[in-house]
Amino acid sequence: MKVITLKKGPVDTDKIFKVITLLAATYVLVIIALIVFELVSGSFPVWEEEGLSFLTGSDWNAVEGRESFGALPYIFGTLVTSGLAMVIGVPISIGIAMFLSEIAPKFIRTPLSFVIELLAAVPSVIYGLWGLFVFRVYFKDWIEAPLYNMFGDSIWFFSGTPFGLDIFTASVILAIMIIPTISSISREIMLAVPNSQREAAYMLGATKWEVFKMAVIPYSKSGLIGASILGLGRAVGETMAVTMLIGNATGPAAFPQSLFKAGQTMSSIIANEFNEASPAGLHIHALIGIGLVLFITAIGINIIAHLLVARVLKAHEGAVQA
Amino acid sequence: MITTEQRAEFRKRFRYNVNQRLITDKIVKIIVFACVIVAIIPLGSILFEVFKNGSAALSIEFLTQIPGAIGTGEGGIGPAIQGTLLIIGMSSLIGVPIGVLSGIFLSEFGDNRFGKTIRFFNDVMAEFPSIVIGIFAFLLIVLVLGNFSIWAGTFALSIIMLPIIARTTEESLKLVPITYREAGFALGIKRWAVITRIIISSAKSGMITGIMLAVARIGGETAPLIMTILGSSQFFAGFNGPMDALPLRIWRLSLLPYESAQAQGWGAALVLILIVLSINVGVRFLFLRNRGKASFWHPRREQKWQR
Repeated sequence: MKVITLKKGPVDTDKIFKVITLLAATYVLVIIALIVFELVSGSFPVWEEEGLSFLTGSDWNAVEGRESFGALPYIFGTLVTSGLAMVIGVPISIGIAMFLSEIAPKFIRTPLSFVIELLAAVPSVIYGLWGLFVFRVYFKDWIEAPLYNMFGDSIWFFSGTPFGLDIFTASVILAIMIIPTISSISREIMLAVPNSQREAAYMLGATKWEVFKMAVIPYSKSGLIGASILGLGRAVGETMAVTMLIGNATGPAAFPQSLFKAGQTMSSIIANEFNEASPAGLHIHALIGIGLVLFITAIGINIIAHLLVARVLKAHEGAVQA
Repeated sequence: MITTEQRAEFRKRFRYNVNQRLITDKIVKIIVFACVIVAIIPLGSILFEVFKNGSAALSIEFLTQIPGAIGTGEGGIGPAIQGTLLIIGMSSLIGVPIGVLSGIFLSEFGDNRFGKTIRFFNDVMAEFPSIVIGIFAFLLIVLVLGNFSIWAGTFALSIIMLPIIARTTEESLKLVPITYREAGFALGIKRWAVITRIIISSAKSGMITGIMLAVARIGGETAPLIMTILGSSQFFAGFNGPMDALPLRIWRLSLLPYESAQAQGWGAALVLILIVLSINVGVRFLFLRNRGKASFWHPRREQKWQR
């Protein structure tokens, strides 16, 4: 009888394989660390020059010799546009998620969620093109002009000229763009609510809306908040559609004073001015500084959102296993 | 004792209460349905307008020529199409292997604290502002090499696709039944061979879906290309020079005040949306078809939050 002996090779191939995959996995950490380092060192001159007034000032002058940079209007612009987008987009998205998880008949749930997700597949620049040449025209005539005629004199945020290239249009386009993100995650979170919760409410004679209000919402609240914050993260970082629709004001004029005035966000000013800025001057460092602020905002938002969403789904898994 | 009048009163209140609640329920259902319609209208309008305005601009010449002089409406988007395909291919060459390998790490060796950290940062990176990645590539490559180049654009886009691929790979590997692994180990096959030969080949369709969705995503990216490949009106002339891409071309054309430029913009948008949507729809159809009817509509992304 022949005895088979396993010959041990000179190298442990398993170990090598593990190390290779480990290196690939570590790559993402290296990239994040490098991004932080490059952004900090790239924007260093502007912090040195302007100090904290870079965050609180509103001047924006790239002319050599009179250079002065303040990012406050753009920070505000980002906050206002994405805040408005949330106000418009979150209720609609949660409504869609409710329809898809509770109300819609079974056979249209999957095709419909596929259609909603196609909204996320449309490239941002095409939203911009559509917004610029199609949506803006209708929006200006049917929504902005009536609002202006009714409230233009009395309420300050409806003042200005309803031209279509303004904060309001940009926010509505942003709202459309974050709908698929928020609604698909919200739907998953609602589906994660155990059916026993719903059945208990039905047993008390609740209608569908009452079941939703009494059983689904309390159970999935923090997950829904997390989903909305993920949408906010997307809105904050969104560049092209906003750049094409917000009107691109600079300096103190970019302060969001009215819905019907041109504004500017952090990402749109980078997209607009990055190629014009000469690498020698302070201008490009100021834009990189804005990039750093945007980075910190976005990463903070994303981390909070992921922790919230993960908590709900983990609690759900635990409930199933128990 | 409850009198007959009281009983009638209770009955009336009860009926009133039920009616009220049923009406509220109806109203809510209508509102919620309206939400869905509100979301579908923009999608329909975008597709309709892009096809209507874009098909008017299409011609062989438009697809193959370099752009003509500004405002004349002549020429085409040949370099943009070439650039988009080139840059998608090159980013995939970098992004796919690294993404797949880190996905393997997360699924096979990632059941610990380090794995959790990597998973978390991949999730965070997947939703990251792409323009910041553009600045990063500009600082790291354009400034160092001294000119706008395809390399920089490739680097930026590969970073964007990496986390998407890593997470989808991880999820599809985790779906492979444990018995497959056990069968492999029982035959005395080494772990790396079990992973690469058995597990990957049974998780192939999920992985390809993830890769194609990542490709579709970077195909439409514009912001990071502004500060990396810059845009040009010439065909490919070396990896060290600037290059054009469809999203960039659409943006530049939309800023021009000429009717003819807008028409060309719509034409370019049609080409781009055809590339992106055909990848998106095609991949779901081709690779998820075999998993039962329901999964045709469900991409692997569905599982994203469940682990």
